[in-house]
Formats: sequence, structure tokens, C-alpha cells
Amino acid sequence: MSESQESKRARRGRAAARRAAEAVAGRLIALSGWSAIALLTAIAAFLVTNAWKAASSPVAGLGRMLTGTSWYPTGTPPSFGFLAYVVATLRVTGVALVIAVPVGIGAAVYISEFANGRLKDLAKSVIEFMAAVPSVVYGLMGVYVVGPWVKAAFHMSSALTALSAGIVLSFMALPTIISISEDAMHSVPSALRQGSLALGNTRWQTTRKVVVPAASSGIFASVMLGLGRAIGETMVVLMVAGNSMELTWSLTTSARPLTAVIAGEMGEVVQGGLHYSALFVIGLTLFVVTFLVNLAADVVLERQRARWRR
Amino acid sequence: MRTWMTFGAVAVIVGGAIALAGCGPAPQGDKPAASGGSGGKAEFSGTLTVAGSDTMVNIAQAWAKEFMVENPNVQIAVKGGGSGTGITALINGQVDIANASREMKAEEKDRLKAKGDAAETKVARDGIAVIVNAANNVEALTKDQLGRIYRGEITNWKDVGGADQTIALISRDPSSGTYEYFKEAVVGKDKNYAKSAKLLPSTQAIVDEVKSNAGAIGYVGVGYESADIKVVAVDGVKASVATVVDGTYGLSRGLYMYTNGQPKDLAKAFIDWVLSAPGQKAVTDQGFVPVG
Repeated sequence: MSESQESKRARRGRAAARRAAEAVAGRLIALSGWSAIALLTAIAAFLVTNAWKAASSPVAGLGRMLTGTSWYPTGTPPSFGFLAYVVATLRVTGVALVIAVPVGIGAAVYISEFANGRLKDLAKSVIEFMAAVPSVVYGLMGVYVVGPWVKAAFHMSSALTALSAGIVLSFMALPTIISISEDAMHSVPSALRQGSLALGNTRWQTTRKVVVPAASSGIFASVMLGLGRAIGETMVVLMVAGNSMELTWSLTTSARPLTAVIAGEMGEVVQGGLHYSALFVIGLTLFVVTFLVNLAADVVLERQRARWRR
Repeated sequence: MRTWMTFGAVAVIVGGAIALAGCGPAPQGDKPAASGGSGGKAEFSGTLTVAGSDTMVNIAQAWAKEFMVENPNVQIAVKGGGSGTGITALINGQVDIANASREMKAEEKDRLKAKGDAAETKVARDGIAVIVNAANNVEALTKDQLGRIYRGEITNWKDVGGADQTIALISRDPSSGTYEYFKEAVVGKDKNYAKSAKLLPSTQAIVDEVKSNAGAIGYVGVGYESADIKVVAVDGVKASVATVVDGTYGLSRGLYMYTNGQPKDLAKAFIDWVLSAPGQKAVTDQGFVPVG
């Protein structure tokens, strides 16, 4: 039965509508992609514009800010050296990674290679949940639970130290590291595992000698992302780390990471002033560091994906 | 076809709801509508935003609550954040009244001059109590010793008559009016706090740390004293409501409300109420000192 003129026209009309819809959808998606890039560029531009005043000021000055150890923006005369705070960020993040990396990779190995179905699902859900807990809740845990425990366990005089803050931060970096490492190990082809087992390796030997090296790029990327999370965390360090200006590598002393400086002082600065701009220099430092860490993670992840693509 | 229509309808509804939420009258602030005839209390209405000093946040909330009970058509929103934060918000036009536990600095008054004039009203008085851990056996310090401790020149309790223990300096953070007042009164106007001072974000955090750290010393408003911490006498006088009222306690200060220009309408009504008998009674209930 041949088509009538009517239904032919209708069919062509629907085809045209579908093509139009696809073109529109394609443009919208492209727009979303470009707008994400535009947003990031706008943020970078915003930071640089507002940081310019302090970075080029004779009183502050970028070099002096990065190497100076006295941060007294409301003092007479004001000084804007935040080196002590950079070291504080490193201390707190260092503790977080030293705890989160072994525990996280170990947990990922267990979930990926050794856990049975039900436990695996339960573990993955719990980890996703951990990632969703608001950071201020972790802060409260740090002040009332972890801090006093650390104080008692290490016989310290104060609960507000870099160590306490680092421990709480490790709880926050753990879900990221576990999820992404587990994904990396999961994507190692089972042919590799089976080959290794066929050659006589035990499951643990297979994991240690075949799966983990094969997934190493993804694991490295997960560590980088966990590091990014720890560097950028604000509420926890503001409440738990003690916020002092001492330039020291000691873990039993208080620390004031860069994020806590911004959070603690941004509310009281007058817009456009030198102190305001100095805080933006700190923000720009954080932005650059986090950007580089994430870039490294992306490059490594891409290599991992390319290696296993058929 | 039907799914497209449903999708389109949902999109229109959601978009419309969002757009309509953005419409509506801009917040007017204080426009009291006095009702009632001659005699009888005038009832006010409108909204008021108050922000600033953490020292004053509890008393400000108590004031707001009572005032709203007496004037049900009034909405008052009170926030903390520190005196510096409140004053900045006043300068930026974001709040009607800024609570401050210190006076406005000259630069802040200049910044506000561009948009108006700072009007200061003293609404209460406060004493700054110096607190130490309950196990600390130091009973008294001179203001000079206190200054040297907070500048980092004295670092061990044994140098002021206590045990051999490192002094842990606890302070508020720079957005706090209490921090600024203490800096002027004790540390020294042109000097700085020691680098080892812990800058904690709230008075409660200071109380918590002094409670649990044997070598700690901190400063809080008299209203925050509690049984688990010890108050140290400064220049022979212990901080209390009585010693602030009779002027014998050295670290006394005023608590202020600042407005952009002389307070008018609802802001004036609120501040007048705060200065009246029920407002000042709330001051005493909270542990502060009436303006006298």
C-alpha cells in the first residue's frame, strides 16, 4: 500500500523537526560546556583583578607576602606576610594524606578485589554517604570528639592542633580516594587478573603485582583529588586547627591554614581596601595550587584511560 | 509528542516560579505604622536587620525577641559575625543597625561618611574578664603583666607566680570587637598580639579551650563567665557587674549600636526601647551592665 501525499508530508515534517531538535540540543550542550570554561576563566579573572592592589602595593607586594612571616593587616604598620599560613596548610594537608592515602588505597583494594557482593555494595554506599556529610559536621566532630581524643592520646596540652585538624581532614579526603581508586582498579581488564592467576599467583599476589600497578595512574589521580579536597577545606580547620601564626613544622602546635585566614577575616574587611586585596592574594594562591593539583590528576587519569582503550 | 508537552509545561512552571520569586517589592526596611488613638502604645511594623558583635549577639536576640512580642508586626533579624563584620555591613548598606563591642575606627567612620554619618548609641556596658584554667593557681595579674603575656614577652606561668608551664594564649579573631578592644587596652595600640596566640572564632570556643587546656589564658565578656573556669583579678579587681558599675574594674567598655545617620522610624523605636527599663533589665539578666 503506497503512502498518501498527506502521510508523506507528515513524515518529512517529523524528520525535519527531529533534525531541528537535535541541532538545538547540540547547541545547548555546547553552550553548557563553554559556559563552564567561561565561569572558570571569570573566577580566575575576578581573583587576579581583586588581588592586584595588594600584589603590586609597596606596603604589601607579592614577594614580601609570600616570604614574610608576620600577618598583622590591622596593625601599625600593617604587614601581610603569610608564609606561616602556607606552612600551616602544608602541615595539616600532610597529616591528612599520610593517614588517608594508605587507608584509602587499602580500602579500595579490599572493596575492589576481595569483598563479596553485599559487602561491596554496602561499603560503596557508606563511602558515598561520607562524602556527602557537610564539612561543618566534621568540624563539630573535630572539636568535641577527635580533638579531646588526640589530646589525651598524645598527652598534649591543647586539642586545637595541626594533628587534630589533619586527622579530621583525612576523614574528608578518604571517600574521594577510595571511590576513584576503586574505579581505577575495577577498570583493569579481568583478562590480566585471570592471566596472573593462571600463572600460579595467589589473589593477593595478583592484586599486589598486577592490578595495583596497572591502576596506578588512577590511584595517583585519586590521591591528587583527595589532596585538593584537603587543601581547600575551610570550616574544619577554622574550628579545629587553633589558628596561630607560628612558623613551625610541629604537628602538636596550632596552625592557621590559608582557607581559615580568608574565612576568619573576609567578613570584616572593607571592600576595595588593602586588607581585602591581600585576602584575595591568598585566595589566588589557593586557586592556583588547587588548579595545578587537579590538572595533574586529569593528565594522569587521561593516560590511564588511553592505556586501556581498545 | 506528549512527553515534549509535559516537559515544556514543567519548564514553564518552574521558570515562572523562579522569576516570580525574584519579583515582589524590594525590602523596605523600617516604615512603622502607628496605630491606636491618643494614649496607648503605638504599634510598629516593618523589618529590621541587626548584625555585628558576637559579645552582644545573645542580648541582641533577647531584645529582638521581647520587642517582637510587644510589636507583633515587626520582624527583627539578628546576626553575629563580630563587630568588624557588622560595621562593614553597615558601611555596605546591608544592615540597619550594627552591634559593636568597640567604637568605630576613624577609617570606618570615613568610609561611612561617603554614604551618611555614623550615629553611635551606647546601649550597655561590659567588662572583659581574664580567665584561666580552673587548675591554674595564679589569682591576680597586673595590666602590665597581662600586656607582656599577650605580646609574647612572658611565656611561662612561673614568671607570674604560677607553675612551670608554657602559657597558651587564647584570643578572638580580628573580626571581633573584643579582640580590638583588648588590643587597645592591654596589648598596646601600636603593638601586636604574639604570633603564638590562637585566634578562635567565637567566645564559646575560648571558654571551651580554657576549660580543657591547663596552661591557657583567655578573655571573655563578663556575661560568659562559668563555674568551670577561673577569673583572674586585673590590677587587684575581679571583673563583675558590680565592679564595672562602680568603675573600679579597669577593662570596662561600652557596647554600642551604630546606625547610618541618626536612627529613625523603626530603628529609633527599637533603640529607644533598648535604652528603656525593660531593655536594660534584659541587659542585667544576660550578665551585662546597664548603661547607667
